[in-house]
Amino acid sequence: MFGTALIVFREVLEAALIVGIVSAATRGIPGRARWIAAGIAAGIAGSLAVAYGAEGLSQLAQGMGQELFNASILGIAVAMLAWHNIWMSVHGKELAKSANQIGGDIRSGSKALSVLLVVVAVAVLREGSETVLFLYGVAISGGAERGPMIIGGLVGLAGGVAVGWFLFAGLLRIPIRWFFTVTSILVLLLAAGMASQAARFLIQADVVPSLAAPLWDTSRLIPNSSMVGRALTGLVGYDARPAGMQIAFFVAVLVFIWVGMTWARRRSSNPP
Amino acid sequence: MPRLAAALLMSVSLGAFAAEVPEFALSLEAHEFSPGRLEVPAGKKVKLVVENKDATPEEFESEALRVEKVIPGKSKGIVYVGPLKPGEYRFIGEYNEKTAHGVVVAK
Repeated sequence: MFGTALIVFREVLEAALIVGIVSAATRGIPGRARWIAAGIAAGIAGSLAVAYGAEGLSQLAQGMGQELFNASILGIAVAMLAWHNIWMSVHGKELAKSANQIGGDIRSGSKALSVLLVVVAVAVLREGSETVLFLYGVAISGGAERGPMIIGGLVGLAGGVAVGWFLFAGLLRIPIRWFFTVTSILVLLLAAGMASQAARFLIQADVVPSLAAPLWDTSRLIPNSSMVGRALTGLVGYDARPAGMQIAFFVAVLVFIWVGMTWARRRSSNPP
Repeated sequence: MPRLAAALLMSVSLGAFAAEVPEFALSLEAHEFSPGRLEVPAGKKVKLVVENKDATPEEFESEALRVEKVIPGKSKGIVYVGPLKPGEYRFIGEYNEKTAHGVVVAK
């Protein structure tokens, strides 16, 4: 039972951290709770669909369907986070001013939310489908352990959600002056980390070369399988033994979004 | 970014077809891998074909090899690893870690 709780907790943790950051980053945008809930629901529905179709999916693209699928949905999430951050670099100030009132540019606000709905859905989908497959394996293997393992799964789920909620609540305590700066840095790192994970799937599928691998090895310090390692993977795409290509993807996305944010901010402060 | 990724995908996958990648087989039965120690050449990319003979799905995962792949019951999964430095690389079946584990030895 404890083993099950731990596995489910590890899977849920990453998704929960991402949902926590997104929930905080959309502070002040009206209607965000509904959008985030819809994202979680879509992610869970997607998890069930992916778990159900796992066999078919893995046979696609000469057996590389799973990798290409994972890399693509991560790519979509990166694009959405990039768009969000560039948009926030212009509207963050407005939102900080009207933090808890209905205000700001509501229409573009809901555009920002629809983008983050996709990010939340992707985060839940990625970890959710693995959890569903794991629990499915437990369920069909039968035996007396089934009951306790299901309880373990629920305990793990609750634990993961609690950590995401603590992150969210912690972020909200940051003074509003700094708030959007902090969340945009977190979103920036989140996007770059997802790009690095996408690169890992592309290497595994032999679509891109690994370059120097590993570029470094910090697995003794913070193994990926540890809780800290897992949380860092969720937050910044931490890998104890990254391939050179992963770091190339990380840096490329970081620079791309940073340039986009600077450009958007400049353009909005001196209109042509 | 998508255009760049597409271009990379094209050029690199064309390149990948040209090179011969040595293939190695692993199988999983009753949540145990065989062989438990798999020797592969160091310094070149290798293809691992993991066959899951059990009815339950398994996630083939290795931190050291940087791979994770769900392999549904009664099916095969392919992952590419390396080029590896000489050494031992542990892998596990994440859903049944107690019994499902082994090492890849690069020589």
